[in-house]
Amino acid sequence: MTISVSLTVNGKAITADIDPRTLLSQLLRENLHLTGTHIGCDTGQCGACTVHMDGRAVKACNILAAQAEGTRVTTIEGISGANGELHPMQAAFREHHGLQCGFCTPGMIMNAIELAQKHPNASEETVRAELDGNLCRCTGYHNIVKAVIAGAAGMKG
Amino acid sequence: MNAPYIGQSIQRKEDQRFITGGGTYTDDVNAAGQTHAYFLRSPHAHATIRSIDVGRAKNAPGVVGVFTGEDLAAAKVGTLPCGWLITSVDGQPMKEPPHPLLAQGKVRHVGDQVAVVIAESLNQAKDAAALIEVDYDILPAVVNAADARKPGAAVVHDSAPDNTCYVWSIGTQAAVDSAFASAQHVTTLEFLNNRLIPNAIEPRAALAEYARGDDAYTLHVTSQNPHVERLLMTAFVLGLPEHKVRVIAPDVGGGFGSKIFLYAEETVITWAAKQVNRPIKWTAERSESFVTDAHGRDHVTKAELALDKNGKFLAMRVHTTANLGAYLSTFASSVPTILYATLLAGQYTTPAIYCEVTGVFTNTVPVDAYRGAGRPEATYVVERLVETAAREMKIPPADIRRRNFITQFPYQTPVALCYDTGNYEATLARAVQLADVAGFEARRKLAADRGKLRGLGYSTYIEACGLAPSNIAGALGARAGLYEAGEVRFHPTGTVTVFTGSHSHGQGHETTFSQVVADKLGLPVENVTVVHGDTGRIPFGMGTYGSRSIAVGGSAIVKAVDKIIDKGKKIAAHLLEATADDISFKDGIFSVAGTDKQKTIAEVAFAAYVPHNYPLDKLEPGLNETAFYDPTNFTYPAGSHICEVEIDAETGVTKVVKFTAVDDFGNVINPMIVEGQVHGGLAQGIGQALLEGCVYDAESGQLLTGSYMDYTMPRADDVPSFNVDTKVTACTHNPLGVKGCGEAGAIGAPAAVMNAVTDALGIQDLPMPATAERVWRALNSKSKKAK
Repeated sequence: MTISVSLTVNGKAITADIDPRTLLSQLLRENLHLTGTHIGCDTGQCGACTVHMDGRAVKACNILAAQAEGTRVTTIEGISGANGELHPMQAAFREHHGLQCGFCTPGMIMNAIELAQKHPNASEETVRAELDGNLCRCTGYHNIVKAVIAGAAGMKG
Repeated sequence: MNAPYIGQSIQRKEDQRFITGGGTYTDDVNAAGQTHAYFLRSPHAHATIRSIDVGRAKNAPGVVGVFTGEDLAAAKVGTLPCGWLITSVDGQPMKEPPHPLLAQGKVRHVGDQVAVVIAESLNQAKDAAALIEVDYDILPAVVNAADARKPGAAVVHDSAPDNTCYVWSIGTQAAVDSAFASAQHVTTLEFLNNRLIPNAIEPRAALAEYARGDDAYTLHVTSQNPHVERLLMTAFVLGLPEHKVRVIAPDVGGGFGSKIFLYAEETVITWAAKQVNRPIKWTAERSESFVTDAHGRDHVTKAELALDKNGKFLAMRVHTTANLGAYLSTFASSVPTILYATLLAGQYTTPAIYCEVTGVFTNTVPVDAYRGAGRPEATYVVERLVETAAREMKIPPADIRRRNFITQFPYQTPVALCYDTGNYEATLARAVQLADVAGFEARRKLAADRGKLRGLGYSTYIEACGLAPSNIAGALGARAGLYEAGEVRFHPTGTVTVFTGSHSHGQGHETTFSQVVADKLGLPVENVTVVHGDTGRIPFGMGTYGSRSIAVGGSAIVKAVDKIIDKGKKIAAHLLEATADDISFKDGIFSVAGTDKQKTIAEVAFAAYVPHNYPLDKLEPGLNETAFYDPTNFTYPAGSHICEVEIDAETGVTKVVKFTAVDDFGNVINPMIVEGQVHGGLAQGIGQALLEGCVYDAESGQLLTGSYMDYTMPRADDVPSFNVDTKVTACTHNPLGVKGCGEAGAIGAPAAVMNAVTDALGIQDLPMPATAERVWRALNSKSKKAK
């Protein structure tokens, strides 16, 4: 049995016929080949699959693709400018060495963008608390925190 | 960014793809017509398999193939090898029970793979796996190292009836015993070094393809060392010709040791890809990672330190039982022996050391190298002993260390290693200053006013990195060489591609190695590209672990660069009508001494590839050189870590409020990257000390910490920002003077944290992880006693 789902991904309208148990993360990776959204766990704990759905940061592994019907989804592939200019949060992660293996990075950046929208002047403490849903095993978070604070400043400018 | 690049915090070349979602990790790779594998795993810790019925699964929708251990045995497929032979004190080789790819007759840990289902879709494979009927006869299990040799313990392998893989020792027992007999003071500690689960955020994955036309295989796999993966898989398990198998480890999302090893899953699907004549993809779910990725640590240790009346160390005696898990993983045997006991001298002149290690089998996931691999366990022993001795003898902890520091180099320890260089006072002094130890007592009082217990702990660690001189490793039981290969290829237009056998899974080699090559060849750093992780493109490689990439892999590249320059001088001599001896090379320019005649290296490269005016009678065209580098010694990074914690006396919650790490990694190529490595290691070390602990149910052998909801990973609000700095004594025996930095944080931190926690609590010891519950209980039993 398949069902049809239609939504907007990175500004493009898409329709897909899918197994009803397909997760949003699977739809993005397998049907749309947007492999920047990563799967790091199976309990909604690591945050590597974080995308924006109607402007909110959500864990794409915790949402059935069918639940995304009619929504606007933005992935890591959809945040750079039309000519490839980096989003300020992407630029800040590079500038501050906020990534090592890069696997958690797309989810971190997507969460950090929402964080910065909610808390444009976030303190280190707020940033650390708000990143609680995203695991990184490489960086010890030190440079991610620096990057998020700098990225938030960049988003204001 | 201008040359010289070495020493500059250049932004990473690899970041552009990672921050835009453009990385290519194994699970991102797909092959036309690919199928999906799902492994049926044992739900029991220990059981005999009476029967497996795969009939219904084979007929399920979409199923392409179902295989069990019987099928592999019938096809004469081998078992997973162990790469390091340890010899017991009685002269016998370690016990090496077979590690089948799919269980044969028995399962030995929860998660042990029993069958594989290959289907058109992953869901179909999972659905079919649910139809496999396995009849288990459940057996008693043993999970704790301390229980493994007890009479009546469950026997994991018939070939090791006392569950003992080996009893190994190092050092002279008689000398140590006599030093203890005459000691003024003896400090004794008994502790468990907690079992950890590595948890790289990218789960293991593999994509196996078989091309019938070429009778050749391509395997994409999450590996830290693709050439070793290929060597072990072809030569020891599948019996395939090595040249017919290409292993590609593309972007890899963290390793920390867990992706060094040859695992069953990728081996099974490589074999099966030919059987079903279709590409097969397998990606671990996190729940599978918990029960299949090799775990780390898990030692039970009794450690004693003998001191004279001035706090001078006289001798150390250590007995450790190491849990090896149900099977010997690739380097399992070496981690609690060669990589552990040889580090027990630490930074000190302790003249006599004896260590005995008993490796035991249990019904748990195999244990192998995890960031630091043996060296964190050794550091924990040494630095907890030293700090405890200081407290018992009422000597300030920094002073007792200073009284025992090695100050003359080279220094031969009583446990095999010879340290080439170091300056332990320099790192300690800088750490004491950065950590503001002078102000600590005032901070402790302020904390007490807020109802908080504040403690401070040191850890002055050493590690042996840059594995390893092949002949020494061989003499110690290694079944492989431990050199590294590098190739430097000039293109006709003057840009360069570097091929390295090291593998980056977060370390930033594409940047660091480019900095080295750009400086040495006088090129802009953007004109150098580094390629790694592909047996089809790279001459050979032993891979990345043990903080060996820059020290061994970097040295191989430098050797290749030197060959390029040598040949370039000959070409330039021809072009400039001089002799090669008169040509000097600096900043990318070959010049004739004492003249203004010169050629750029790009001009020389062009001449080598368009050899119209070229000494073809004496010199081959082209400018492409390969080098292998085998180190002459280990490298010895060392440093001083100082941790300050605050404990909430009401709740037992421990917070690391300040962490200072001053390390000596030798020369530093990219300070930003090095600091990042330290940060990450520290978070893992703090994780071990305060948060992470693998727990098995002692009776059923079930893994109780089998998900991120049960196993406490350090999160952003669990760790502080870190205070890090470096001091440099250049390594004396490699061309860059580098030592390696990847593991230092994880090695030094646990002891520093626990020294701080026990200082705050005013107790001798507490088991790791010092969870809120454990700390709260310690506080309450202490206050009860006080009353």
